[in-house]
Amino acid sequence: MQALKQWPDARGRFGEFGGRFVPETLHAALTQLEEQYRAVAQDEEFQAELRSELKDFSGRPTPLTRATRLEKAWGGPRIWLKREDLNHTGSHKLNNCLGQVLLARRLGKKRIIAETGAGQHGVATATVCARYGLPCVVYMGAEDVRRQALNVYRMRLLGAEVRPVESGAKTLKDATNEAMRDWVATVDSTHYIIGSVVGPHPFPMMVRDFQSVIGEEVKEQLGRLPDRVIACVGGGSNAAGIFYPFVEDESVKLVGVEAGGLSSEIGEHCRSLSAGSPGILHGARTYLLQTEGQVSATHSLSAGLDYPGVGPEHSFWKDSGRVIYESVGDKDAIKAFQEVARCEGIIAALESSHAYAWASQNAGKFPDEKDWVICSSGRGDKDVAEVERLTEEVNS
Amino acid sequence: MIPQDTYPSIVPFLTCGWPSPEGFLASVRGLAKVGCPYFEVGFPFSDPIADGPTIQLTSSEALEAGMNLKMCFELTAQATRESGIPAVAMTYANLVYHLGLNEFCQRLKEAGGEGLIVPDLSFEESEPVKEACNRHDLHLVSFLAPTTAAERRREVAAAAQGFLYLVAVRGVTGGAGASGPELQQLITDAKAAAACPVLVGFGVRGPEQVMDILKAGADGAIVGSALLEKVRAAGTDGASIEKAVEEFLGPLVQACGATPA
Ligand SMILES: Cc1ncc(COP(=O)(O)O)c(C=O)c1O
Repeated sequence: MQALKQWPDARGRFGEFGGRFVPETLHAALTQLEEQYRAVAQDEEFQAELRSELKDFSGRPTPLTRATRLEKAWGGPRIWLKREDLNHTGSHKLNNCLGQVLLARRLGKKRIIAETGAGQHGVATATVCARYGLPCVVYMGAEDVRRQALNVYRMRLLGAEVRPVESGAKTLKDATNEAMRDWVATVDSTHYIIGSVVGPHPFPMMVRDFQSVIGEEVKEQLGRLPDRVIACVGGGSNAAGIFYPFVEDESVKLVGVEAGGLSSEIGEHCRSLSAGSPGILHGARTYLLQTEGQVSATHSLSAGLDYPGVGPEHSFWKDSGRVIYESVGDKDAIKAFQEVARCEGIIAALESSHAYAWASQNAGKFPDEKDWVICSSGRGDKDVAEVERLTEEVNS
Repeated sequence: MIPQDTYPSIVPFLTCGWPSPEGFLASVRGLAKVGCPYFEVGFPFSDPIADGPTIQLTSSEALEAGMNLKMCFELTAQATRESGIPAVAMTYANLVYHLGLNEFCQRLKEAGGEGLIVPDLSFEESEPVKEACNRHDLHLVSFLAPTTAAERRREVAAAAQGFLYLVAVRGVTGGAGASGPELQQLITDAKAAAACPVLVGFGVRGPEQVMDILKAGADGAIVGSALLEKVRAAGTDGASIEKAVEEFLGPLVQACGATPA
């Protein structure tokens, strides 16, 4: 068995997952991207430039904050929060965008496109495009444009064009379809900054690597191995970034938390890993929520988790048993959102609130564990209006 | 296996079960009447990333009306039986793998299918699907695009079976018409390396374009979005759909006859 950190193989496979299921038109661009990426991964000058941008533009390293009031409330291990919300633009998404924009420049691309769900990836992409003077188009489901109005305005302020997508359920999956169609038509001039560890090879590997700075920093900051690391999983990039540096440390338990939405009924949740089956979406073979081979509708109050697929490496980690995938529903995520705000003075993103909620429900069950790390993947300002609307609905 | 001796010809694309099962069958009657040797039948998928707005919409409407894989096989069987011409199925990798390669191919063959086209199945991922197809006497069609590098063009073309599908444009189906030196080069490269017919698709709309494509050396053209737009305009009545298909495809088929092979 190949060591866990050695994947993907030359064909972009993580075990039987991943690969490159794309129209022929994209083949050349993906091959070129893979070659260039493998080159810059070894290139000290590129890595130094990226490190310097992560430090001076994004503000890394992000702190590892001890959450003593949550510890008291939950009664269990020490709780450490990896503060990706303190990155510039307010989430982990910028780590990946900085890496990819530098790569796009090496590739000589003159235009950037992206898809976005919660708008955090769109904002991060618009931000790096502003910084590097590149035109930027962000595809966003019309439903998400409504749910995440603040981020739409931020993207426009940053000079990006936001294109609402009206097909399907008008959420992240549909925005991704539309970004891929744009890319098929513009591939010579355009780089597609995919926002998570999804898509055709080499994206899942590349985005994971750019996000791994999260887990690398945790290792250094904690100075010992934690017993458990917990992260929310939409496409799976913040989770992959914090898990990957630990996958070969067997004592560290890794928990990915998917959006349980309203119920376990198909269409009412986003539990690709815990309730889906292997399929092919957006260029990769991976766990997928589907009915008779058609991709299912999904629901989460958190736009960034509202996606029927998941990064192929997570599918591999699930089947190999290395990572446990659990889920938390809408209501519990809102409760955690409120609890973390009151206990720790942190308004966390609804996405991250899923990781908090799982920790809150389970911290008391593991008396032998000493250190837990929760990936606080982003800040929740974008969600305040939606939470207010939802809690008013409940109270009225 | 896909016919090899009927060229030059027009290969029409239809979305299975759209605008209704009866409307689909009427379209097939129309295209058979004007002399198309076979047709492409799209099994609708929820996330057709290689398709433009027209086929996205026909696919989602067909799914909303209740089309599923089982009905696709049944309707394709009925269409090939009634028209007396075979079908080549076009669908996305998830549907093929969902049913299982072997079962999918067997049922397609039983439905009068002679080939399979999977636009999101890259050449690198195609081997298992090709094996399953060939086991059931189906061809698996390969694609070349304007962005395919010269060496890869030779490799893909040399391995092609059934016909080689040239994507005429950088973009999804239904876009602007393609022509010009880039397409000419693609056709020349493909013809030099392929042992099977070479067809051009994506954005083919009218007889003049068909003549250009044939003059450039291709064996025929695939017409999808433009045809579906005519079907939509014809409304829901079977007879009007059949007539609209005939009227639209007739001149294209004639353009094939008017061009020396
Ligand atoms: C703050 C935050 N966390 C998590 C996610 C989910 O993405 P991923 O699973 O790729 O980390 C998003 C996506 O928008 C996000 O904004």
